[in-house]
Amino acid sequence: MTENKYQTAEKTIDICVVGGGPAGLQAAIVVKELGGNVLIVDDNPILGGQLIKQTHKFFGSKLHYCGVRGIDIATIFSNRVQDLGIEVINDATVVGYYDHDTLGILRHDNLFSLKAERYIFATGASENMLAFDNADLPGVYGAGAVQTMMNVYGVVPGKRALVVGSGNIGLIVPYQLLQAGVEVAAIVEIMTKFGGYYVHAAKIKRAGVPIYLKHTVIEAKGKDRIEAAVISEVGDDYTCLLGTEKTIECDMILIAIGLSPLCDLLYHAGCRIEYIPELGGNVPYHDTNMMTSKPNIFVCGDLACIEEASTAMLEGRIAGARAYESIYGKKGEAETIVKEAARELAIIRTSPFEERIVYGKKHLHL
Amino acid sequence: MNDYIVEHPILRFTHGKRVKFTFEEEELEGYENEPIAAALHAAGVRILSYSEKHKRPRGFFCAVGKCSSCLMEVDGRQNVMVCMEPLRPGMKVRRQKGRHQSK
Repeated sequence: MTENKYQTAEKTIDICVVGGGPAGLQAAIVVKELGGNVLIVDDNPILGGQLIKQTHKFFGSKLHYCGVRGIDIATIFSNRVQDLGIEVINDATVVGYYDHDTLGILRHDNLFSLKAERYIFATGASENMLAFDNADLPGVYGAGAVQTMMNVYGVVPGKRALVVGSGNIGLIVPYQLLQAGVEVAAIVEIMTKFGGYYVHAAKIKRAGVPIYLKHTVIEAKGKDRIEAAVISEVGDDYTCLLGTEKTIECDMILIAIGLSPLCDLLYHAGCRIEYIPELGGNVPYHDTNMMTSKPNIFVCGDLACIEEASTAMLEGRIAGARAYESIYGKKGEAETIVKEAARELAIIRTSPFEERIVYGKKHLHL
Repeated sequence: MNDYIVEHPILRFTHGKRVKFTFEEEELEGYENEPIAAALHAAGVRILSYSEKHKRPRGFFCAVGKCSSCLMEVDGRQNVMVCMEPLRPGMKVRRQKGRHQSK
């Protein structure tokens, strides 16, 4: 191994947070505010996770930053991290969880190891792909991917989009495409009603974008790039109804059919992983304190269940407070943080949109 | 350089300085420190690589460094995720065929 240029450095910390999105940042902020030693490892050049592309205003209560745009919440959190003097290792990818509970971290061309007493994983999720003819062509993009390109870098990789899926991402991204001057041909949704919040759907309908319910995409037309999409109506068993195909001109097909938790490091660490479809598929087992099957590992945010930024923040606060207590001992302030966050979570989860999550979490905790 | 969003009701984009780089044999321009993929797409490049077996064209998918659909050769280095790798002046970016070619 003499010719390789990787250096090995050893770093130690009490609590290491992996992921600098809404969940991870809240966890780190809570730990630091309680007086613990914490650092954040994140793979982006700037903190905020997927908040940095959310141009829409959030809802909920004051506590959840209602009326504030996601991008501004990212700034509020990263300023707080800076003010508290929390160390951030950015541009860095955690590549593995090794013996003696050590992380391997790759930053630029430098591989080093880090050991923490407790880990809070807030790695988030990745976008799901959908299989159809020619789905591998350039132009079939994750809806969130196009949102990143468009809202963070000011580049839109097409002129006319078809969106597949009408959850909140499938409703918000097309509206943001319109704001950026890009045409939206249609949204297709396989279910009998749209999946996201009514406000988002109403904006889309006001803008005149058709939503095809009980439809799915079956083919992308084109050779090197997409020229059109073929959509089809589906029957009650979700199979395509012959003769209902429509060709829709577009040069982008945006896939917004859901996300899957990024569990890889948790598998590597030997945490128990359970398949709970309501939470997004394979998720690390965790209790109501956000502790996994390994007592030194906590999880929060989309990794724990595919939900939203506001609930990710609250779960992050619980994970932060409990990870803190597990090292430094019980503290009244930590208990208060957990109680408040749990109460807020319970309120949000009374919404009919959250039924799935409540069911999934109950299933997980059995 | 005409595919950047200029007017936007909410966002104002602050770009790095304009720099030249090469894609295959062609000289292109982009903004320093934006991901290479952003510069390529602003310049109209959609095909980032060809698949190993069937030589099918490939583009990006996730744009956040998770899916590995955007691997390219940058300054002779193979398998660089161009959705994450910042653009630097004079970079030489090439499509790679398949996974990688060992020399």
